[in-house]
Amino acid sequence: MSVETGEAIEVREGVDRETVETVQNMGSYKYGWDTEIEMDYAPKGINEDIVRLISEKNAEPEWMLEWRLAAFRRWQTMVEPKWAMLNYPVIDYQDQYYYARPKSMAVKPKSLDEVDPKLLATYEKLGIPLKEQMILAGIEGAEGAPAEGRKVAVDAVFDSVSVGTTFKDELAKAGVIFCSISEAIREHPELVKKYLGSVVPQSDNFFATLNSAVFSDGSFVYVPPGTRCPMELSTYFRINAENTGQFERTLIIADKGAYVSYLEGCTAPKRDVAQLHAAVVEIVILEDAEVKYSTVQNWFPGDEEGKGGIYNFVTKRADCREARAKVMWTQVETGSAITWKYPSCILRGEESQGEFYSIAIANNMQQADTGTKMIHLGKNTRSRIVSKGISAGKAQNTYRGLVSMHPRATNSRNYTQCDSLLIGDQCGAHTVPYIEVKNTSSRVEHEATTSKVDDDQLFYCRARGIDEEAAVALVVNGFCREVLQALPMEFAMEAQSLVAISLEGSVG
Amino acid sequence: MLEIKNLHVKLEDEDKQILNGVDLTVPAGEVHAIMGPNGSGKSTLSYVLSGRDGYQVTEGEASLDGHDLLDMEPEERASAGLFLAFQYPVEIPGVGNLTFLRTALNAQRKARGEEELSSAEFLKLVREKAKTLKIDGEMLKRPVNVGFSGGEKKRNEILQMAMLEPRMCILDETDSGLDVDAMRLVADGVNALRSPERSFLVITHYQRLLDHIKPDVVHIMSAGRIVKTGGPELALEVERNGYGDLLAEVG
Repeated sequence: MSVETGEAIEVREGVDRETVETVQNMGSYKYGWDTEIEMDYAPKGINEDIVRLISEKNAEPEWMLEWRLAAFRRWQTMVEPKWAMLNYPVIDYQDQYYYARPKSMAVKPKSLDEVDPKLLATYEKLGIPLKEQMILAGIEGAEGAPAEGRKVAVDAVFDSVSVGTTFKDELAKAGVIFCSISEAIREHPELVKKYLGSVVPQSDNFFATLNSAVFSDGSFVYVPPGTRCPMELSTYFRINAENTGQFERTLIIADKGAYVSYLEGCTAPKRDVAQLHAAVVEIVILEDAEVKYSTVQNWFPGDEEGKGGIYNFVTKRADCREARAKVMWTQVETGSAITWKYPSCILRGEESQGEFYSIAIANNMQQADTGTKMIHLGKNTRSRIVSKGISAGKAQNTYRGLVSMHPRATNSRNYTQCDSLLIGDQCGAHTVPYIEVKNTSSRVEHEATTSKVDDDQLFYCRARGIDEEAAVALVVNGFCREVLQALPMEFAMEAQSLVAISLEGSVG
Repeated sequence: MLEIKNLHVKLEDEDKQILNGVDLTVPAGEVHAIMGPNGSGKSTLSYVLSGRDGYQVTEGEASLDGHDLLDMEPEERASAGLFLAFQYPVEIPGVGNLTFLRTALNAQRKARGEEELSSAEFLKLVREKAKTLKIDGEMLKRPVNVGFSGGEKKRNEILQMAMLEPRMCILDETDSGLDVDAMRLVADGVNALRSPERSFLVITHYQRLLDHIKPDVVHIMSAGRIVKTGGPELALEVERNGYGDLLAEVG
């Protein structure tokens, strides 16, 4: 993609040509194919043996196995949370595969050449913004490389296994560790031991505890003190195998004064049967460090009648552990049948800052219950929440957020802006803000709006030659602008197209 | 160019007839004005021609260059060369004016099987056109019509017209809410676009816009029909005597 200066400004303003093209050229869920790759499965169901098997397949040390087993025992005593505004059939946890991996990965490939070509073909088909398939194929600086000479290092997780990480050497020169979590457990046990579970403890919640027991892979990032990570890091997740849960675990540590921007993308094939996804992301941010974490979640949302789709129960949390630590979550949630997700910030260090920018789109029968928690523990901490919820079809979209000012978090501030947009008259938008203020010097502001996509706006666009679906995409992208602006540029473009695709068929 | 024959239109949701047999032909290169009192059906005519929902054509036809307009979606009419400058331009928060213009232009070009403009070509073109309408770069970047003054909104409509280069332009009370200076700017913009291939239908209450955009033909509309057609002198007559005498005259 060639990006000129003029274009760069435009992309940030709203939708552009690519979006319109995308709408015209694509089916309703373009990632819905399935790749025929021979898989190794663990038997269905979950028990201690399965936990042991996953640990063994990853050649984990004993301490890790014990950690998993402790989580599993804990999980057996827990019940699934039911407080979210979500309706879905009872999940039979014994009817899932907890481990699947491509057979070609049974012996870890030494280089990408040894990866099953079908696997690489999958990445090619995805055509995700970052040109991962090329990077994964090792074509450095290929014509499609991101603009301004920016490079993005990618870790790809296919079903349960990390299949490859790019730019490892270059990152290593800067002292940055970027690898799969299974590799980190083997190669950097001191870091993993110190930080794993320190933000999201094993016992945190039903889904996080399940993840702690059975997570099969995920990404690990460590940025050493004073280091600005030389490129953006990206993990790309895909669930391919049928009846398989995906439980990835991501651990990011930004040491004192470090900076890293991390992107996460997700897709899954179309399946009639719902698939379970329960991930955990932990971020540790030390003094003066900053982490940006961006997600474009495009799991299969189920069909128009609500059949199939991903049940997405995700625990994401960042701990601004020391002074002036800063975290920014940006998420674009367009997929999944069920979304249960609240990326949160613990603002422990003085003057630490947390930001949460979210676009959640629910169309057809999708249900999203998503938001954030801003836990202000330290003095002079700041947080900002900008949430844009879009509902279409018969979808239900709930923003659920907690802003908590603890007694010691004096002079802290939060600003929350929560906007809902409705398309059609059969969908719903709900806003559930919880606010707790336990000191007298902090300030919390909350603004909320609800609006509808206006017929006049659509007619105005159409009278200028823009067809109805492109018009909806344009209006919705405008509504989401503040959040799209918070995304790295390549992701912003991808997100714009996604907004368009996920709203297809929502009008008329 | 534009041919309307015996057009009857009612509101979709209620039993209310708005247009009662409009006949109108606008040949290429001509500027026609439609004047008439409030509620005579002038704006409805512009909406029906551009394809807005909420109206039902019960009889008659309308075509542009021989193509049946009433059979097309609004965006198809636009690509076929029809342009409506809105009386009340609509705000689209968060969508930059440039983005909107480029999306529209390229959508039309694509629909006509023409090459889309690159961003460099587009920017060059838009800056050139904006200059004559005194639209600055800052206004181009602002979200479509959001926070625009009345005059800015109307200038923006004319900018869209200049960019999209339609064959048939309908101006729906473009003079409403404009002061004299703004009206002159808008009129200059329109006059600059006059050409032997392009026609205009100027809908207005008042003669004053027609001082700046000189019409070839003036039609008087009342109760959903064209009741009188004449030269520019007809507009002056309305200005002098109001609609009362004139309508009494045609019965």
